[in-house]
Amino acid sequence: MKYTALYEKHLSLNAKMIEYAGFEMPLQYKGISEEHLAVRHQFGIFDVSHMGEFLIEGKDALPFVNYLITNTILENFEKVTYSLMCDENGFVVDDLLVYPINHEKILLVVNAGNTEKDFDWVVKQTKKFDVKAINASIEYSQIAIQGPQSIDKIKEIIGEDVTDLKFMTYRFVKILGEDVIVSRTGYTGEDGFEVYGPHHIVTHIWDKTIEAGAQPCGLGARDTLRFEANLPLYGHEISETINPIEAGLGFAVKLDKDFIGKEALALYKQDPKRKIVGLELLERNIPRADYEVYHHDEVIGHVTTGYLLPEVETPLALVLIDKLYSELGTLLHVKIRNKLVLGRIRNRKFYDKNYKK
Amino acid sequence: MILEGLRYQESHEWIKVEGNVGLIGISDFAQHTLGSIVFIELPKVGQTLKKGDTFGAVESVKAASDLYMPVSGKVIEINESLEDTPEAINDDAYANWILKVELSNPEELNSLLDSKQYEPFTEE
Repeated sequence: MKYTALYEKHLSLNAKMIEYAGFEMPLQYKGISEEHLAVRHQFGIFDVSHMGEFLIEGKDALPFVNYLITNTILENFEKVTYSLMCDENGFVVDDLLVYPINHEKILLVVNAGNTEKDFDWVVKQTKKFDVKAINASIEYSQIAIQGPQSIDKIKEIIGEDVTDLKFMTYRFVKILGEDVIVSRTGYTGEDGFEVYGPHHIVTHIWDKTIEAGAQPCGLGARDTLRFEANLPLYGHEISETINPIEAGLGFAVKLDKDFIGKEALALYKQDPKRKIVGLELLERNIPRADYEVYHHDEVIGHVTTGYLLPEVETPLALVLIDKLYSELGTLLHVKIRNKLVLGRIRNRKFYDKNYKK
Repeated sequence: MILEGLRYQESHEWIKVEGNVGLIGISDFAQHTLGSIVFIELPKVGQTLKKGDTFGAVESVKAASDLYMPVSGKVIEINESLEDTPEAINDDAYANWILKVELSNPEELNSLLDSKQYEPFTEE
């Protein structure tokens, strides 16, 4: 079992701990609903130190990363880019955030559960490039400070005004003599910051954020928040059997450049067979991941994620279904404990995101 | 907290018997483990269920937990107030019964656990 540098903090806050991606992580402190609402209306802090961090270093860093991932990275050393990396068949190896630090150094942030697999994959792709890949995951702690009040509090927390940062940009900030990445990013649909740095500095920032009144939030609320904000989770909306076009992530797939999986995705895009759409149930129940979706007697797909969310009356789901039945308003059933529960296809905008553009 | 005088099963349902009628709910341990309950699926009145059958589910934000019949019988009443306020089970798991059954085989009660026997199943 692996532990983050904040493990003792979680125990002292009476977190309910679970094993996730080989780490002992907080599922919840006060309760998933309470934490979800704290992020929506005040602010919260998440330990996300389990995430993986790779450094790509060398002369070919930029061309290599642009070959590795589906999105395009420009020579803009303030911008954070969301992307996917795919295999030759266009299926998703992982989704990731890319931080270009300079021409010869790029930081990739990947999912905890995929870190080892991803690193093997990345190293395998470096062969034809003048780069080396370094798995720096154990050197970084990472926290996310999310919610409307995080903007008023961030200066008090890190000792520097970074509120000029726009959504999906970052910069280095010196905290206690060390360089720390502060980025205006997150996985909640709310405005906020993510901070990456050495363990003792991030632990210090954790304490300052709690002192400033943030609600500590666990993986439970992290999942309800990202779902409500329509953000994908690896293993659910994207996976080794789901491609980015099906997942509705075409905006992060740039077919005007060369990258691994390009041909397969260009071909798939001409005639997509499946699609992830939003679904609302017309009666009260909870559509959970992997439940089957029916059109009359026929199984046409499954739920990728579903919840009865705090402050939302209607049970909501994301469903991956046959594209033939994906039109808005189509009536479908979700099989819940051997009962077919009626639902209707809706848009995926469950929540209006509050980003600083 | 385990209430004395009730019968339990390992899957954390309790039954309180009065004559030929049993009140069925979930234990305090079960509600605590589950966390805030946001939804409960109830059976239909008149339904006949066998011991071990699934009669519904309780769900928190994160997880669904099936409910199993501790005995066989016919559903004669359901606690409809739980449809609007399932969180009442979090407040008092023993006062808020889920369904009332007419027992078809009272001998099955002998196979259930008493409060002492149930205790080991509530150790985390």
